[in-house]
Amino acid sequence: MALIDIRLKKVNKIFKEGDVIAGVVVVQSKGDLQHQGITLTMEGMVNLQLSAKSVGLFEAFYNSLKPIQVLMYTLEVAKPGRLPSGKTEIPFEVPLKPKPGKTLYETYHGVFVNIQYLVRVEMKRSLLNKDLQKQTEFIIEYKTQEERAKDKPVNFTITPDTLTNVKEKQNVPKFKVKGHIDSSCLQITKPLTGELIVEHCEALIKSIEIQLVRVETCGCAEGFAKDATEIQNIQIADGDVTRNSAIPIHMVFPRLFTCPSLSTNNFKVDFEINIVVVFSDDHLVTENFPLRLTRF
Amino acid sequence: MAAYEWHPKRRNYVLELGSKCFNPVPASSHPLKAITVTDVQQKKGNSGAAASSTSKKTPFVDPLSFSDPLSGGVSTEFEGSDPLSMMSAPSKSSMPSKSSRSNSVKSQKMDGENEEIDDSFEPWSLKRAGILTKYTTSEKLSITTSFLSTGDQERVVIRSQAQAQTGTVSDKVKNRLEQLDDFEEGSVKEMLNLSQQDYVKRIEELNQALITAWDGDQRVKALKIVIQCSKLLADTSVIPFYPSKFVLITDILDTFGRLVYDRLLDKAQTVVGSNKIAKLPAKFTSDEVPEAAKETCRNWFFKIASIRELIPRFYVEAAMLRSYNFLRTGESTEVIDRLSYMSRGIGDPLVAVYARCYLCRVGILIAPKFRPHIPRCFEDFIITFPQVQGESVQNILATQKVEMPRYLTLISPALDWILQCLAHQSSETLLTQTLERCKEGCNNALMINSIMSAFKPQYIANRALFFTELIKSCEDTGLPKHMLYRTLGLCLVVAETPEDQQLSVLNEVWKAVVKLKNPTEYISCAEVWIEFVVKHFGKREINTFIGDIIKHMTPDRAYEEFYPQLQSVVSKILAHQHDFSLLFSLEKFLPFIDMFQREAIKVEVCKCVLESFNKHQLTPVNDPVVINAMMFLGKIMHDSVDALTLDDEKRVIGNLLCGFIHLVQFGRDFEQQLSFYVEVRAAFSNLDSVLVTLIQSVNNLAVETRKIVKGNHSRKTAAFVRACAAYCFITVPSLQSVFSQLQLYLLSGQVALLNQCYSQGDAFLKAAISLIPDMPKTMDAADVKSRSSEPFLMEYLYSFISTLLVTPDNPDVGVMYLLRGLLNVLQDYTWDQNGDLRIFVYTRVLAMLSSAAQEEYLYHFDKVDSNDSMYGSDPKFVAEVQSMAATLIGEILAHLKTISAPEFAKRQSTLALELVATLICHGDLSQTSMASLTSNLWTLAQKNGQADVKVMKKLQENIKTKAAAGNAGCQALAPKLTV
Repeated sequence: MALIDIRLKKVNKIFKEGDVIAGVVVVQSKGDLQHQGITLTMEGMVNLQLSAKSVGLFEAFYNSLKPIQVLMYTLEVAKPGRLPSGKTEIPFEVPLKPKPGKTLYETYHGVFVNIQYLVRVEMKRSLLNKDLQKQTEFIIEYKTQEERAKDKPVNFTITPDTLTNVKEKQNVPKFKVKGHIDSSCLQITKPLTGELIVEHCEALIKSIEIQLVRVETCGCAEGFAKDATEIQNIQIADGDVTRNSAIPIHMVFPRLFTCPSLSTNNFKVDFEINIVVVFSDDHLVTENFPLRLTRF
Repeated sequence: MAAYEWHPKRRNYVLELGSKCFNPVPASSHPLKAITVTDVQQKKGNSGAAASSTSKKTPFVDPLSFSDPLSGGVSTEFEGSDPLSMMSAPSKSSMPSKSSRSNSVKSQKMDGENEEIDDSFEPWSLKRAGILTKYTTSEKLSITTSFLSTGDQERVVIRSQAQAQTGTVSDKVKNRLEQLDDFEEGSVKEMLNLSQQDYVKRIEELNQALITAWDGDQRVKALKIVIQCSKLLADTSVIPFYPSKFVLITDILDTFGRLVYDRLLDKAQTVVGSNKIAKLPAKFTSDEVPEAAKETCRNWFFKIASIRELIPRFYVEAAMLRSYNFLRTGESTEVIDRLSYMSRGIGDPLVAVYARCYLCRVGILIAPKFRPHIPRCFEDFIITFPQVQGESVQNILATQKVEMPRYLTLISPALDWILQCLAHQSSETLLTQTLERCKEGCNNALMINSIMSAFKPQYIANRALFFTELIKSCEDTGLPKHMLYRTLGLCLVVAETPEDQQLSVLNEVWKAVVKLKNPTEYISCAEVWIEFVVKHFGKREINTFIGDIIKHMTPDRAYEEFYPQLQSVVSKILAHQHDFSLLFSLEKFLPFIDMFQREAIKVEVCKCVLESFNKHQLTPVNDPVVINAMMFLGKIMHDSVDALTLDDEKRVIGNLLCGFIHLVQFGRDFEQQLSFYVEVRAAFSNLDSVLVTLIQSVNNLAVETRKIVKGNHSRKTAAFVRACAAYCFITVPSLQSVFSQLQLYLLSGQVALLNQCYSQGDAFLKAAISLIPDMPKTMDAADVKSRSSEPFLMEYLYSFISTLLVTPDNPDVGVMYLLRGLLNVLQDYTWDQNGDLRIFVYTRVLAMLSSAAQEEYLYHFDKVDSNDSMYGSDPKFVAEVQSMAATLIGEILAHLKTISAPEFAKRQSTLALELVATLICHGDLSQTSMASLTSNLWTLAQKNGQADVKVMKKLQENIKTKAAAGNAGCQALAPKLTV
């Protein structure tokens, strides 16, 4: 029984455009191993998917949603031959360069948009044996980016009057929540910070939460589908908090699930946060803030 | 065997003494001085060299020491130590890592703590136990978790199967899927109706599950367990149990934090691709941590940052604070800061204050010098405090039927801890600031109480008056005030209150305390404040204070409920007041003692008083008030002794009473002393040890009397010493122990004779003789095993016989009347068949008889004419003595004959030699019969070859010396005695 594996030199597997991806292909085998060649493929794909609710509408231009390949590189690590028994390590190095005319987007795992980079190694073997294959994901981060994070503080006040989609205003308890977000254009590696003060509130508060939402848009000139889904929900206050006490807003952006805000011809990835105040009767009040995320 | 006659050797003791005396030489050193070696030769032998060489060859690396801040010292410490400890040290350190892991981390934590926190900081472990015992509940609790014992899960599975039978197909499928989930990692379930014990058990199980999961490399599962546990802290459903729950769950969190830290440290110290360990220094910086470890660490924190709920996120992050050191040195303090802000989001004031408490607790371990978060936590607490009156808390209290004061006491452990962190090594100004803050923020009893217990008592004491004002004026919504007074008292007792404040403080406090109607509240204050009063005030105040306690405790026999507190009052008084005449002159002290009405407690209190008396009363007393009071207390103790009392208890009481008896001295008023002894005897007649002490004391008294009159008794003193003798004579028989009786008869007899009370002395000795047959055959030794009483009897008789030598004969009853009586008793005494003690005694009697035949005796009772001057070596008397001796020899020889069987050879030869020794010493060997007896016995001793050669050689030498000195008998005998 033979095993094949890829080990990248860099433990955190984060690479930038122009870096050299270096590593070893490790083959372990109990006896002599005959093979028809070992190839290594490096591939970067943007997968777009349509949400179920918009399937009907977009069936027409389904074709435009085929995966976009941004990176493709194949090399032969070993010529057909035979490997000795035991552990064999074959080193490799591949420069990281996009396909002509394409850009290397940052790795992003979303619902409708997925940007993923893989290194795959494949060992071809004779007809009697199965081919051996192993793949591993690596992560791309921008080397440089024109857009920089800047201090763009956002102040907000939430009162019953600021609510837009309420049918019966008199059912809403009187409350006033003030606060600010330190910046709405921020670096992805730094946490989202801010402060929130409940000045007064008639009803008991059950919880205050910060919801991180991704807004993914797929499509082309003819039409597009925009879907907002939750990434994570962080509670910043539990129970009926003290009035007039500054409650910190603090959220770390999860890796992989967030990336710098992205806008291309066929797809767009944006992020927003919702500040959600939940009252003890489970009614909730939400305030939405668009965010702009950058790498630098 | 023919009867032998006994011929005593003529001796001149004065001459012998002169010839045998050694010449005195001045001593060069004290024989009892401790041995000290002043001159040591430095020995650089082989062993030392070997030790140092081995230690160089094998540089010893302690695998545990990477986490040990002391590790720097380890290698040098072993340098030059002996090879054995070198060998044992590595074997110790290679213990299974599983057990050592927790230990090493614990000790490391402790070390870290010790570095910068001194002893004045009460560690959490002490508080922990207190909280667990104080905050309990009898209500039912519930746990929501997915990780509990499989037994419960199986039950759930069975139930769901039963449901599945009745359900539709889709239900069945759903159930099966659920079951699969169950098997995978268990679905979240709520366990209801747990008693407190069950709950604690479950939490312990979770702790175990955590460790098992961790050891099984299931880190995600471990994290899930921890998150679920910390979620329990958000639940305030059984609020009186909350503090204990906090303690239990934070234990798990601590374990988790430790596990993560250790794992990361392991990782940081392994070099990638090899198994080598690159040791990190104890205080490493983040630059030294390899990237792989940092990455793992970062992953942990990303995972935690995405925990949805606030409270678990807070607790888990706080638990892992230490690991931030891997990412960036100094990061942990920033995080502490951030977490302290984060705690503001916790709405429930109780949950919030405990969260802050945990943060402070972790913070002080990780960064003892970092403090900004502590005042903030405190400040936030003050701000959130009004929440207690808020609707949500009131709702909780109403549904759980918990009153406000009780709720506030729940807060106090956490607040105490925060304040302790705040007050630790702080200046007095901080106290002032804190107080100012409280005054405007929340002038609450709870707060004042915690401040008083947190800050240095001395600071509090300096402002004692201010605090009394503060307590008086504070809102009474929370903690009842008596608890405040109690805490204040505790502070003042430890520290020194400025003198000018003492009285006014006491007045203020007591004005309030006196008004307390509830005896529980009252006594809890009084118990503490009594110490203050005893320490700083005099008789009048103490008396008033005690009187007040009595007044409060008497209605409805309230004292019955508070014996421990009252007892502690007594012990506090005794600890500080050592002037017993003052103490007993207080009108209220004895009535106070009277409040202890349960026998056992009362005895305890009496013991306490007597103990203190024995310990602190250094000079003898003769104050009748003290003596009366002590007699009264002693009587209580004595009366508690009955047939069922344990020996130990009896001994303790006896010792206390004896100590008291020794301390009572009337100086030269001997008659009063004696009458005191009479009184004591009447009071404490049940305790042997007391009676023994009394008899000894009375004998001592008689001897003292004799000393004063220098042996020449007047009529009055003679009557007094006779009274003493009479006292002893009637007291001795009431002793339980025959052994004590025997000894005391002898002693009292000696004392009586010394005081020229002949008939009394005779009576004592006669009584002793007649008591011998009643002596038990065994006696209880100290180590419980009973042993034969014969050796005791032998020793006793030796002493008795030597007393008899100088005891003058009673002219009415014939020569050596007492000795004859003794011999008769010994004759009839049932001796142990396998022993020869009787014969040994006989040999001594022989020796005594030969001494009695001398013209002048070796020793005398001063001013008492013994038989030597009475008979003046009258031939009739000497003949009488000789005939007694001859009888004894006959007895001895007869006995030797009975043990002539070969199996007794050893005994026989020993006895024979003993007799030979006596003959050589005391017999007149120039008499042919004596000489032949000696040589016959010598042969008899040698007959079976069992004789002790050493003894024989000694005897032989003795004979030779005597022969050389010109003793004719010995000269003739010497050649016959061969070994």
